[in-house]
Amino acid sequence: MNATAAAKAETFDCRAAFAETLVELAGADPRIVAVCNDSVGSSNLIQFLKTFPDRLVNVGIAEQDMIGVAAGLANGGFLPFVCGAAPFLTGRGLEQIKVDVAYNGYPVVLCGMSPGMAYGELGPTHHSIEDLSWLRAIDGLAIVVPADPPQTRAAVRWAANAATPAYLRIGRTKVPSVTPDESDAFAFGRADVLRQGSALTIVATGALVNRALDAAETLAGKGLEARVINVSTIKPLDEATIIAAARETGAIITAEEATVEGGLGAAVAETIVRNAPVPMRILGVKGFAPTGSATFLLDHFGLSRDGIVAAALELKGR
Amino acid sequence: MPVTSANSGNGTMLPPLPMTMGADERRKRLEAIAGQIRRSVVQMISRAKAGHVGGDLSATDPLATLFFAVLRVDPHAPNDPKRDRFILSKGHCSAALYSTLALRGFFPTEQLETFMQPLAALNGHPNRRKVPGVEANTGPLGHGLPIGVGSAIASSLSGSNWRTFVVLGDGELQEGSNWEAAMCAGHRGLDTLTAIVDRNRLQQGARTEETNRLEPLADKWRAFGWDAVECDGHDHGALFDIFTAPRRGKPVCVIARTTKGKGVSFIEDRVEWHHKVPSSEQVELALKELAQ
Repeated sequence: MNATAAAKAETFDCRAAFAETLVELAGADPRIVAVCNDSVGSSNLIQFLKTFPDRLVNVGIAEQDMIGVAAGLANGGFLPFVCGAAPFLTGRGLEQIKVDVAYNGYPVVLCGMSPGMAYGELGPTHHSIEDLSWLRAIDGLAIVVPADPPQTRAAVRWAANAATPAYLRIGRTKVPSVTPDESDAFAFGRADVLRQGSALTIVATGALVNRALDAAETLAGKGLEARVINVSTIKPLDEATIIAAARETGAIITAEEATVEGGLGAAVAETIVRNAPVPMRILGVKGFAPTGSATFLLDHFGLSRDGIVAAALELKGR
Repeated sequence: MPVTSANSGNGTMLPPLPMTMGADERRKRLEAIAGQIRRSVVQMISRAKAGHVGGDLSATDPLATLFFAVLRVDPHAPNDPKRDRFILSKGHCSAALYSTLALRGFFPTEQLETFMQPLAALNGHPNRRKVPGVEANTGPLGHGLPIGVGSAIASSLSGSNWRTFVVLGDGELQEGSNWEAAMCAGHRGLDTLTAIVDRNRLQQGARTEETNRLEPLADKWRAFGWDAVECDGHDHGALFDIFTAPRRGKPVCVIARTTKGKGVSFIEDRVEWHHKVPSSEQVELALKELAQ
């Protein structure tokens, strides 16, 4: 096993990186408060609560109130990080996200924890596959999906610094690090080309980025050099990097732990159809998921090395 | 384009009333100010051919009392971090809010003529990014109180102790988010927070009690940990006394008993005047009644 493979074998939950960074930043920035819906444990806020007991506002199980309260805290000069399970934060509080945060322009950082199908067997009620589609439609709301802990840490720093309406999608699915250079893990609005290639491009986000890299390795063995792009900022999309990939590789596959309708795939399609139309395949979740663990479900929907490889071969007529 | 953000050169602005003013004099002055706001509302809605005249006229007296006798706000420094906060949760009553803000000097009263005109800052629902003095963009109901709760928590966390006032419609209380916020404020004992319910007993389509009963309303707030007080919502003296009474460790809900369309006989307490636009003859008649 070489060094890269050994590093890849170790996997991490992005929530820990999120929570540690938030505590660290809150120590230096008294504006930072955490707001949650009885999710101190599931949002990994136990250390935050111990360190800053007054600055953790737990409103109970009340997502509409939670987001409105955060907007009020922002009105009062604070910088709230709202932490809740992604399905309830975004679904239950959607109008509050639109109006209280985005339309008001209040600097509220919405942190959707355990998104996608992270809650596996708990089923579609607890899956958050619609969040990217819903939130992409809201003007003025930045959408960031870190792919690993280094990106998560950097994204939280960016959010604290930017103080702008934002959604951070913080994964629970354990992922290996995909960041080549930890000193430059994330830049807002920048998509990162993690692997060069000219036969096709795999555009992935979040937990699908490491699977895309695995698929590219398998494809290389079959004589197809795939470019791999990590889109950690879904909105605004790094259009230049996507357009260049379309022009230079002539085929695009997108992969996300979210519905195929309206998320990363749609964002990429909207861009290339205007600028450099090329054949595309959109990989994601189709319909409400059946019962199964998060890993099972990712495989079930073809959101795996093998699924991406199969889509690539089909797209290239091989 | 934002409205002009200062009151320079605006001859129609009115100064706030000093706290030391005698009760009778204050009541008289607030009544006159409320009359000006009401006439402005009717003119704005007549010009725009749109608006929510019934609710504007019922909410006018709490607005006049707050902005001219209670709130520590400065039109020249509308974003002063320590200012008191006012949130109009029933954002559809923007004509009353804009008239109040303009008269208080947040922007020139001449700009009220642009109400709902194409590209105007004065939208049908308020926009804080375009109109100085507006704290929250409201419109969908049930949003103002949670934001007010957040503001009250911020007041306490920052040690500034500004006060937060939220005006709510009564029909609006059918939105569950209000009760999430009420529970949270009661639990935390946010005594810098005051909710004012414009209890005109009518909502868009019918009476509140026929639609989805609110009573016993004061008991509901008390059960959520609030002090609840009922008063005549058109009595400036009573409103002033309640708004300035010492706090007792609980948020306060003022159930302001009001008449929808207050001050205009043919609009008063009639469901169809939720957002009906008066004809030119009706405008003339309304302004005559409001001049008395």
